[in-house]
Amino acid sequence: MAYLVLIGTRKGLFTATSPDRRTWQLSGPVILDDDGFTAVAEIYAIGTDPATGRILVGAATWFGPSVWRSDDAAATWSEPQKAPMAFPQDLPYRPLDFSETAGIDQPESDQTNTVKRIWQIAFGPGDRVWAGVEPTSLWTSDDGGQTFTFNRALWDHPEHTTWASGAGGPAVHTIVPDPADPRALTVAISSGGIYQTADDGRTWNGITKGITVDYEPDAAPESGQCIHKVTRDADGTLYVQSHGPAYRSTRPDGGWINISENLPTDFGFAIVAHPTEAGTVMAWPISESMERTPAEKHIGPWRSDDAGQTWRPWQAGLPTEAYFGGVLRDGACTDGATEPGWYFGTRCGDVWAASETDGTWHTVAAHLPDVLCVRAMETA
Amino acid sequence: MDLEVKIPAALASECGGARTITVAAPEAATLGDVLAAIETSHPRLGRRLRDEAGQLRRFVNVYIGDDECRRLKGLATPVGPDDPIQILPSIAGG
Repeated sequence: MAYLVLIGTRKGLFTATSPDRRTWQLSGPVILDDDGFTAVAEIYAIGTDPATGRILVGAATWFGPSVWRSDDAAATWSEPQKAPMAFPQDLPYRPLDFSETAGIDQPESDQTNTVKRIWQIAFGPGDRVWAGVEPTSLWTSDDGGQTFTFNRALWDHPEHTTWASGAGGPAVHTIVPDPADPRALTVAISSGGIYQTADDGRTWNGITKGITVDYEPDAAPESGQCIHKVTRDADGTLYVQSHGPAYRSTRPDGGWINISENLPTDFGFAIVAHPTEAGTVMAWPISESMERTPAEKHIGPWRSDDAGQTWRPWQAGLPTEAYFGGVLRDGACTDGATEPGWYFGTRCGDVWAASETDGTWHTVAAHLPDVLCVRAMETA
Repeated sequence: MDLEVKIPAALASECGGARTITVAAPEAATLGDVLAAIETSHPRLGRRLRDEAGQLRRFVNVYIGDDECRRLKGLATPVGPDDPIQILPSIAGG
């Protein structure tokens, strides 16, 4: 068994391989297109399908966003001729602000809905792929990511008037499939909330009530909360890192339990559940929202093995000096193995890996551009 | 009518490496018609130049003679068979 890590950065995609999750061979920036401009593309979304080994990468380039696909462990890449996703042109324009414009294509017209960035790619059963996009929208592909269909039901959700833009832009940034039910899905929006469907996206139910905010007069709104990330453990419990506390819930329509009490801060972006052990979850706390650096300036995750009741830092092998690069919402993951490897990358361009059996963090890459997302998988 | 359009190196692979392509456009064509014809013959090149709403992408400049189209009438600029058309991306970012 070998392991592949895919690292999406502010300037390009990088890959690393390892036979043992200790020593890593880095490659990149990966050239996805035939002309080379994707070497500096923003890579916000990487999806991996453990069933087939397929990889999909969403890149925002000078020439617009697109989706690249690899079926050979990132050795070669292909891209559809036609745009994989395009808003229906009869869709009424919805103005949405977005504040970060560094380097990516932006439309000249402010009166049309156009795809800006692909924030999330998640595989479902069969050839099903879900994509979360900026502006805030969800898309479905049933041909392995070649063409995507716009989900009108979520776009039209009555609560959309409470949605706004986070600093990075307004987007569906999290997609959590239900492995037991191909018709069920959880998505998260920043800012906006958490929504679930049980009928393959035909109807959506907001489940954010109970998650509090400190940036609006109403501290407990029905929707509109700034949700940073949602993860699901092996028993189906959902864990949320919001703009404020982290939460868990076994029945989100029955409310959320604050699990930040024993974390050093209640703020952060990334939160990742163990793929096979229910109740084990890792969070990367960040100092209070005005500071946005790792809690106590120590890089590394905090781990809970009791569903967030208690937490302990896991920093063996990591730098001990002050560290100022946080972990973004998709900057951490597991490789899905039964004895999983854990991975995270920072805004300083450092990436580390640790396995359950090892317990020490090992350097995967250092001094890369700002890490936006990290995904890992076992390879043959 | 046939028009010649110069393609930048950064997009040349989308037309087999050619740095100039010939585009069949209607008589009394506009620049928008030319780009629509490119999208028909070279779909991926076309979507690199314009978004799904048909707007020119921010970092794509199209010159008609010495004038960038935004200084003329944008995509509504009339073009004729003798007008040199050149696509030049203005790459930005630190």
